[in-house]
Amino acid sequence: MKIFSKQRPEIPIADHVRPDGTAWSLKEKLFLGLTPGEYMQQFFRNPVNWLMIAVFAVGVPLLLQRYIYGLGAVTHGSNDYPWGLFLGFGLFGMVPLSASGFMLGTTVELFGRKDFKPIERLALLNGLLGYFFAVLFLEVDLGMPWRLPYPMFVSLGPAAVLFLVAWHVATYLSVQVAEVLPAFFEWIGWLKGKRAIRKYVLALTVAGIILSTLHQGALGALFTYAPSKLHPLWLSVNFQWIHFFCSSIFAGLSMVIVASTLINRFASWRCDDNFKNNLDYITIGLGKGCSYALITYLVIKIVAVAHDQEWAYLLTGWGSYFILEMVLAVIIPMFLFAIGCRNKQVGMIRFAALLAVLGIVWNRLNTALFCFNWQIYQEVPHWKEVWITFTIFALYFLTYRFIVYRLPIVYTWKGEK
Amino acid sequence: MKKTVSRRAFLKGGLAGTVAATTLLNSKSSEAAGSFEGYPEGMGVLVDLTRCVGCRSCEAACNLEQGLPEPAKPFDDYSVFDEIKHGEKRRTDETRYTVVNSYDVPGMEHPLFRKVQCNHCQEPACLTSCFVNAYTKTPEGAVIYNSKVCVGCRTCMVACPFYIPTFKYSSAFDPKIMKCIFCYDTRLKDGLPPACVEACPQEALTFGKRSDMIEAGRQRIKMNPDKYVDHIYGEHEVGGTAWMYLSSAPFDKVGFDTHVPKEPILNSVKDFLSIVPMVLTIWPGLFVGFHLLATRKDAAKKIEEEKKEVKS
Repeated sequence: MKIFSKQRPEIPIADHVRPDGTAWSLKEKLFLGLTPGEYMQQFFRNPVNWLMIAVFAVGVPLLLQRYIYGLGAVTHGSNDYPWGLFLGFGLFGMVPLSASGFMLGTTVELFGRKDFKPIERLALLNGLLGYFFAVLFLEVDLGMPWRLPYPMFVSLGPAAVLFLVAWHVATYLSVQVAEVLPAFFEWIGWLKGKRAIRKYVLALTVAGIILSTLHQGALGALFTYAPSKLHPLWLSVNFQWIHFFCSSIFAGLSMVIVASTLINRFASWRCDDNFKNNLDYITIGLGKGCSYALITYLVIKIVAVAHDQEWAYLLTGWGSYFILEMVLAVIIPMFLFAIGCRNKQVGMIRFAALLAVLGIVWNRLNTALFCFNWQIYQEVPHWKEVWITFTIFALYFLTYRFIVYRLPIVYTWKGEK
Repeated sequence: MKKTVSRRAFLKGGLAGTVAATTLLNSKSSEAAGSFEGYPEGMGVLVDLTRCVGCRSCEAACNLEQGLPEPAKPFDDYSVFDEIKHGEKRRTDETRYTVVNSYDVPGMEHPLFRKVQCNHCQEPACLTSCFVNAYTKTPEGAVIYNSKVCVGCRTCMVACPFYIPTFKYSSAFDPKIMKCIFCYDTRLKDGLPPACVEACPQEALTFGKRSDMIEAGRQRIKMNPDKYVDHIYGEHEVGGTAWMYLSSAPFDKVGFDTHVPKEPILNSVKDFLSIVPMVLTIWPGLFVGFHLLATRKDAAKKIEEEKKEVKS
């Protein structure tokens, strides 16, 4: 794309019409203004796509195996570890990384910080896709995926935490679709729809905050069902929900920093000047938010250890692992964010964001998998389970890229708005 | 002015949503809160480890009664007691709802045998964690499961402190939770003891009203204080279970988890459940308030402009 966009002034498409006044067709918009032949040419030139092809070549047959022969064919089918990587990574890891939508929605629409506007849509899209793929991971993991709507309409168990998660993720997913739709409406040129949604932005944003507080918290609260199974350092019966909620704040912000860095670096042809020129300033602002959230998180983690009188555990092997997690995934990124913001070193903030993203995934995997059943044996996921997880994540990556290349997410639509 | 109207409309909508949500939550908390002590007529079983000889008749009877597949090793093969997987002794799975394990206790001449099956809690964690209400605690004391509504999320397996529910991972089209149901369909609902109890040649398993079983257990401890540990496992563990145990060795030496809470698992989840109505009711007002505060300068500017318009 980089090469084509240099040769031709009319692409990347950012308007309904060409410079000469003729309209782009939907097909041309989909092919980014290239002919199908040119499109394939640029597709196969990209080594990342070859990696994707390799992942899918093995992953798709494995997925078929899972749906024909059952979960036991691709996982260890453990009765001691009912939740593996699909939920440990896909649900518990992806959802906090997708808190970006409600965070930036709140910043821009609710607090009126219009200076963060250039990244708002990316944050909303990041949120929407993260949630959508968390549900997709769930559909791989559920024993009876065809019964997904049962907790909503068929048989309700409203006293269960998972009931809250199901309802809130479902409603929040619709809220996020509504929040991202304006970009789509601009792209297809249906302005009525955009205006209709514009009226409800504040309502949608507040709904987003409520639903996010509750379901990010509820994902943590799920583990309070296992007070005797999860290691006490990773489980605080009283504060688990707020640990999960608080950590989702820096997780979501860091994920936007990582995504925007990658897009700015590898798809700079798609970004307009408004995005490019503001990105450093915005990154510093987000980094500041991250460091505040991280210090809060660190303190409430320590409060939990003190509240439950768990100091003695810190001296055990599990305690060292806990301290390692705190240092690598919380304290180091916290300082890097703070120093980066103070000295305006954007590179350092971006590195800190990467650490924080990996750190939060590590924390969720520790909670769901590695420190679960700490008194019995440790489960190592089957390689097929790992590969399927990568496959779904690759699909997430491709969808993300597909949308960013087309919709006005990191650029402003030049046609009517 | 237009904005104010839409804001008001939003608040109205928010209020309606909150009312709906709180009613929903109230109905749920009345069900979840309180302290349910179990059905008074609920049945139970007292397992006496000092009487069990490890003959595995209960395993065989269960297999037959529940129509489970024939095991690889026959039920009179006692080499199964030496089976170790992941450092653990045998556990229940989709082919067996109950297993007997052998424990060598230091200072004792004979090993002790412990039978594992669903303990049929008074306030079961599997039931309270299920978001499709697939579990029922029957007045007779059994915790039964409805595979017709189960989604296969396996939260019940995470929540069960005894690692009892198992999943039929081998099936893609008809997977379900597999666990002991106290022979509810075939026996318990007609007042009959479960198949394993009937099959026990040693009277290691005693079936009766749960309250009577606690009495019987206390009686046995009182008559033979040297023989028994002074504790009935299951009387208070996780809020009480229908199946209870007597042992001559400390319970943690014969495979019991003695760290399980002495109250229902649900109690540790209540902290979170109680914040839900608060967030639903307080957040809308709080954050709309934040919005008004944050945008007060814009609002003030608008008012000034309107005033000017009125004057001119």
